[in-house]
This record gives sequence, C-alpha cells and structure tokens, in this order.
Amino acid sequence: MADRKQIKSKYTADRQIPGAFEGETVTRRAFMTTTGQVAGGVAAAAFLLPALGFAFGPVFEEYHQPWQVVGNTEDFGPDTYVPRTINLVEGIGDSGKSTVYVRKFNPRVDQVMKKQDEYNNYIAISTSCMHLGCPVHYVNAAQRFICPCHGGVYDFVGKVQGGPPVRPLDRFYTRVADGKVLIGPRFSVNSELQRFSPRDPGEPLDGVGQYLYPSTPDLRKIPGTGGSQ
Amino acid sequence: MAKIKVPAPPVPDQLKPKPKRPGKTYGPQTPVEHGAEAGASTVGWIDERTSLSGGARWMMFRKVPKGTNWFYTLGSATMFAFLSQAVTGVFLAMYYDPAPKGAYESIRHINDDVFLGELVHGMHKWGSSVMVVLIFLHMGRTFFFGAYKYPRELNWVIGVVLLILTMTMSFTGYLLPFDQRSYWASIVGVNINGTGPLVGPYLNDFLRAGPYFGATTLSRFYSIHMLLVPGAIAALMGFHLYLVARLGTTAPPWLKPKTAEALREEEVAA
Repeated sequence: MADRKQIKSKYTADRQIPGAFEGETVTRRAFMTTTGQVAGGVAAAAFLLPALGFAFGPVFEEYHQPWQVVGNTEDFGPDTYVPRTINLVEGIGDSGKSTVYVRKFNPRVDQVMKKQDEYNNYIAISTSCMHLGCPVHYVNAAQRFICPCHGGVYDFVGKVQGGPPVRPLDRFYTRVADGKVLIGPRFSVNSELQRFSPRDPGEPLDGVGQYLYPSTPDLRKIPGTGGSQ
Repeated sequence: MAKIKVPAPPVPDQLKPKPKRPGKTYGPQTPVEHGAEAGASTVGWIDERTSLSGGARWMMFRKVPKGTNWFYTLGSATMFAFLSQAVTGVFLAMYYDPAPKGAYESIRHINDDVFLGELVHGMHKWGSSVMVVLIFLHMGRTFFFGAYKYPRELNWVIGVVLLILTMTMSFTGYLLPFDQRSYWASIVGVNINGTGPLVGPYLNDFLRAGPYFGATTLSRFYSIHMLLVPGAIAALMGFHLYLVARLGTTAPPWLKPKTAEALREEEVAA
C-alpha cells in the first residue's frame, strides 16, 4: 500500500516519469490533451459564435418605422374608419405593405386618457388579427372588425367581442403635422386599451400575459406613452 | 448423336482470341476479358484501399427475423421519399429566387416555362406530403409492433427528432412559393410559435429576422429549408440506419417465441 501511495503522488518526479521537472504536477500527456481540447474549443467558438450572432442579431436590433402620411385631417371622421395602406417594411414590394383603419378620436366611444398626448388625436387600428395574424377587415354595417380565418370579431374600438383573439387589435401611433395625419410605430393594447410595447398575435396582455410574453428588443413603444388611455 | 460442324465465321486475325502464353494463365488476357472484369476490378481496387466491403456486407446482408413483411419497408420508403425531395430540391434551387420580389415569379417560371419544371416542382410539393404520411405509417408500424422497446429506445427518440425536423421542412418550405396561401400560412405558423411562453416572442423574431416579415425572412426560411435541416436529417438518418443494422429488427408481435420440445415437456410437467 505504501508503494501505491508513492506512485499516486501528484509530483511527476515522484512518479518516476522520465524527464520530470522538480515540482511538476501536470504530465505531458495531460497537458497535451488539455491543450488540444482548449485549442479545438477556441477554434470551434471562433466560427460558431460569430455565425450564431449573425443569425440571431436581428432579434436585438431595433427596428425604426418612419412616420408616414396617410391623408389630410379632414379625410377622417370620428364615426367610421377609412382604410389606408402603409409600408410596414420598405423595399420588398407588396409583401411589405399593410392596411390600417384610421378615424378621428371620438370622445363618445374612446376613453379620454388621464394624460392626453399628441399620439391619440387619430385612432389607427392594425388589421393583424390578434388570434394568429390573419388580416381583419372592417364591416361598416355591423361596425365590427371581422377575421376571415377563425372567426375573430372585434367591436368599433377594436376590443374582442367573439372568437379566439386574445387581446384587442393593435394600434399605431398617430400625429398631426401641417394638416396631415401621420402614422408611426405600432403598439399593443390590453383589454383596458392601455398601451404596451408591440407584441405578436396570440400573446395575451392581461394578467400575467404581459410577463409571459415579454416585448422583444427589436420593437418598443415610444418611451413614456404607456398607462391608461 | 452426330455433331454438325459449323464453319467458323471469317474473323480478322486481330480479334481472334490469342492462345494463352505459358506462365500467363491467370486473370483477363484480352481487351474483351478486361472489359468484362472492369466492374469487379474497380470495386476490388477501391476495396483494397478502403475495406468498405466489410461494412457494406454488414449493412446489407443482415439476418432478419421470421415473419418480416412489407410493413418493414416503410422506413426505407421514407428514406427514398427524402432522397426524392433532396434531388428535386437541388434542381428546383437552380431556378428558384429567394427574394420577396422574385420568388413568386421564379416559381411561375419553373411551372410554366422550364422543361419538366411543373413535374419536378409537383414531385417536390406532393412528395413532401408523401414523406410525412410515410413517416407516420413507419412510426405506427414501430409502435404497434413494439419495436421501440429495449434496446431500441434511442432509435425511437432519433425517429421523433427526424419527425420534428421533417415538420420543420414542411413549415419552411410552405413559404417558398410566396403566394397568398404561403404568406398567410407562414404568418399564422410563426405566430403559433410565438404563443410559447417566454421564448415564443424571441423565436418569432429569430424566424422572421425582425419584428415583421421582412426582406430576409424568405431567404432565412430558404436557408433553413435547404441547408440546415436537410443536413441534420441526413446525418440523423445515417445514425438511425446504423442502429437498425447494429440492433437488428424485431419479429412481428404475432410470432410467439417457440419453446424447444424438450423444454416444453418440462413446462407441462411443472
């Protein structure tokens, strides 16, 4: 037993390894193995990390949507919606376009915000259904938004009235400049129509929903515009 | 019976088989004999340098249990469906343009103008459904024959991963024609991914390369569809097949193991 202990000494010199240095504890075999593994790891990381960053980069890159003119202020009344086409994504032709329903703020149906701001004088409703993103259309006779895919129904202000959608229709920031109505970035609303950073369809915002479905860094609401509306 | 001697046709001297020279009796002598041996000698040349024939024999000439039937071919059928998808996909890629403004037009060009384009596109389109159906039949066979049990659990797990990868192929391939159906189906599909709590929103942004279906969404789907996932499928399929050869196949469940006569008498006595 004493001999075995001697062989198991941590010093290579004690273990009779040829060419051992005084006080050396790492064998050359162990050193080469570790060096080879570390070098392989570094080499793999050198191409894997940039490649993954390249693929996942857009998730963390903020997307800037320019303000777009959709008409003159007198084009939009408070009692019905006017469809307008905006460019959600530039440079990809028709597939980057989207329809938005625009009307003037209507104090009879719209809640007046405690802190009324410049983005609320016109209401712009997104046509992306909050079930899974099919395009809704506004039916004037019924004063409802209706989705053709799975039967989602929304009332005049975009709140869910029936079907599978999980939250009211998204909206866009609007503002008025030189007598023109401009449409800006999108935001999401919960069932009290409070503003939230944009979420994708199918992601509820009431209760724990806003924490289960966090907003992503590539699309945020305009800072300081949250709260009740 | 008297043999009729037919006179030999007049053959030029060059083509007449030469008498074997003393000491050179082994192996092919004439160009014709060399030609006849060409295949075997090529295989021999390769095998001498790689020893692949042992592995090939191990893979191909396996013992299979009694009762093996047509249901056991569903896995191979799935593999051939995949190979068909791979080959037609490679050739479709020669004409396809994964850009939002060019994709629909390039598919129209394949269908309407390219020689056999509609056939090759159709094979790829319908073949994808065939592959999914075959996978489920293969999976059903494995399940109902109990072929997922020890020691083949890992092969079942690999098979499930292959099923998920095939679904990924179907999902990413659906967008590529870039017509209305593709576009809206992919929007719905991406948003279904988004309903996964916590990771869903990030997964969506990864799939779309941003908050909206943008300029690179289509090429991203295309890259996943034709490079990333097929590579993974081919590799896992190879491992799946290796395990089939390594572990052997199961007998159908209706064949009960037979007890030897001598032992059976013991059983009865006990």
